[in-house]
Amino acid sequence: MAAGGRARAQRPNLDKMERMVVSMQDPDEGVKMRSQRLLITVIPHAVAEALHLGALLVRHGYLYPLRDPRSLALRPDETPYRFQTPYFWASTVWPASELDYAIYLAKRSIQRRGALLDHEKGCAPRIWQEHYDQLQWKISHAWDLVVTQAREQLRAMKQRRRGDRLVITCQEQAYWLVNRPPPGVPNVLEQGPERGSCAASRLQTCKSLDFYKWEIEYARKALGRNRLKSSVCLEAYLKFSSQRGPHDPILSGCLPSNPWVTDDDTYWAVNAPTAATPTRLRVERWGFSFQELLEDPVGRAHFMDFLEKEFSAENLSFWEACEQLRYGGQAQVPALVDAVYQQFLAPGAARWVNIDSRTMERTLAGLCRPHRYVLDDAQLHIYMLMKKDSYPRFLKSDMYKGLLTEATVPVETKRRVFPFMRKPRHCSPSPALPTAGPGGGGED
Amino acid sequence: MATDGLHENETLASLKIEAESLKGKLEEERAKLHDVELHQVAERVEALGQFVMKTRRTLKGHGNKVLCMDWCKDKRRIVSSSQDGKVIVWDSFTTNKEHAVTMPCTWVMACAYAPSGCAIACGGLDNKCSVYPLTFDKNENMAAKKKSVAMHTNYLSACSFTNSDMQILTASGDGTCALWDVESGQLLQSFHGHGADVLCLDLAPSETGNTFVSGGCDKKAMVWDMRSGQCVQAFETHESDINSVRYYPSGDAFASGSDDATCRLYDLRADREVAIYSKESIIFGASSVDFSLSGRLLFAGYNDYTINVWDVLKGARVSILFGHENRVSTLRVSPDGTAFCSGSWDHTLRVWA
Repeated sequence: MAAGGRARAQRPNLDKMERMVVSMQDPDEGVKMRSQRLLITVIPHAVAEALHLGALLVRHGYLYPLRDPRSLALRPDETPYRFQTPYFWASTVWPASELDYAIYLAKRSIQRRGALLDHEKGCAPRIWQEHYDQLQWKISHAWDLVVTQAREQLRAMKQRRRGDRLVITCQEQAYWLVNRPPPGVPNVLEQGPERGSCAASRLQTCKSLDFYKWEIEYARKALGRNRLKSSVCLEAYLKFSSQRGPHDPILSGCLPSNPWVTDDDTYWAVNAPTAATPTRLRVERWGFSFQELLEDPVGRAHFMDFLEKEFSAENLSFWEACEQLRYGGQAQVPALVDAVYQQFLAPGAARWVNIDSRTMERTLAGLCRPHRYVLDDAQLHIYMLMKKDSYPRFLKSDMYKGLLTEATVPVETKRRVFPFMRKPRHCSPSPALPTAGPGGGGED
Repeated sequence: MATDGLHENETLASLKIEAESLKGKLEEERAKLHDVELHQVAERVEALGQFVMKTRRTLKGHGNKVLCMDWCKDKRRIVSSSQDGKVIVWDSFTTNKEHAVTMPCTWVMACAYAPSGCAIACGGLDNKCSVYPLTFDKNENMAAKKKSVAMHTNYLSACSFTNSDMQILTASGDGTCALWDVESGQLLQSFHGHGADVLCLDLAPSETGNTFVSGGCDKKAMVWDMRSGQCVQAFETHESDINSVRYYPSGDAFASGSDDATCRLYDLRADREVAIYSKESIIFGASSVDFSLSGRLLFAGYNDYTINVWDVLKGARVSILFGHENRVSTLRVSPDGTAFCSGSWDHTLRVWA
């Protein structure tokens, strides 16, 4: 069935756990059955991970404790564990049926009233009783069948050896702890909302004409595309990561200190978006790429100053106006396009930008039907102009060099000697609070 | 008519053959340029030192599974959403809750903070994406100013603002992604091509382009041109649903986390998968991934309650972080890279640094 199949496909982890459990039981390669001690090695990670994996196997019912099987947890003590029989694997019988659950609860109920000692004396019988009552109500029409089955199964159990009885009871109990977890215990079999129920999925499974036509068209386009050699691309990662490594707080720390570690938010104050004196690392980043410079409000402001000295500040202003158009509200599009035209593109405009004639022609033609991407070509042209021409000059300029030397390097704050004397954590005003000036919320 | 059916079968069969042959050629072309593996190139790189990251903040307040979270640009506030419909805005540095709203639906699987910090967006089983302006007016009810922006025909799995508060990109269980104008709710562009539910998306940090990547239940990761609505690149090497995609900080690659228990790195210029991050002992799916600021580390949250930290270049796992008591469902690095936050089905969020 489609729904069951899809749900099954969502649980490759169960397959993997089952394969793991099977290989653990391999007489040659598997875990030694007699010893219950986990191997202690010098690598702390290995122990922690082994314990974690073991705990997962237990929680999913692939291993169960022989002693006190009230809860499925991996205890690092002498408690013996056994491999669950495949009959009761989470993937074998799924979903667990209400009828089976009713029979199980009926058996336990009968056992408690009977002469048999309940080896789970300490567990909460009330919960089971609640479940039992609810179920009784739910499947009252089948109740006779349930009780008959329960009695029959208990009678059959009496025929078996005591040791076997214990094992089978534990196996069954572990199975139901996984499939009907008591309140407060998370349900390990829960998957979240169903996936693959949409029309697109049904289309995919049908593999229609449209599907193949799309694949063919895509493959043709892709074949025509330029690709770079792997070596070139991978070298780029090395260069990027080594350049950015010192700027990565998790990797290299940050000065004066990481706020999350020391509870001191000076780092944020010093690096505020509109800080008057930027730090050295920050000014260095402006040299990494043009994008990096523009994205930093302080960097962009300095670049604007530089452009003004070169009498080309209208380029940056034009670019900013285009960005506003691209990411602005739909309703503002016609007005924004017109404003940009008047200010930057019209003949004799106050801040006329120098675009090549072909691009200008195309842009002006597009203006009769304005849309948010109508200035894309012009914007790209100006962006490239700044990137290839003004930006490198900015980096070589005295202005930039001056910024680098004036930049601050915060002093490292050592971790407090008495960690319990913590500084109170400051609140910071939310960006959403209305502020006095147009600068927006800032840290203090 | 019987003959029409026969004709269609022949056409279907011949199209299938053509598609397979073209895909084969594409693989050949890609393979020709694959002259070296990432871990080989990375042999020259210094190994990372001992890694110590701990939970620095635990945010308790959700009464049910946390499904999604996002950081505010101020580097300390976050918005989180949960299964019971609650969406909470926290100052995670002080752990104070600043805003809370209850959605009229359960399983709020997507939430996002607006770039200005003045609004949030969220959605889930209601098939919509709604925007709530954040206000500190005591008299105002946050839910009253709610704006319904996106409408899909199945659950909303992911949403993200673009460079401003005025546009939202959404991904849905109906197999499509869409770009919306927040003010009017108008659909600006829709993206069709996934063969099943789309589970995640991420906008490219590109200087000029408008592209984004999405991942879905069809095991494909697709890169889209926002302007034309066309799929420009597609990658299909995962063996199961792709739960999370995130761009490498340079924008030239992206990572994906999947139910097949692996994370993979795809390079856009080489047009291929270039690394797989997996171990035999990791058998549960990865639900969310994100890079550290330099791109050297990849943090991945898994359904086995752990977070694995991978060395992106060398391909080795650097650390496992234990702490959550149920699945890790969402994970994001803070905007300035000082920490990352993880949300889990154990009802809590943790900030690690």
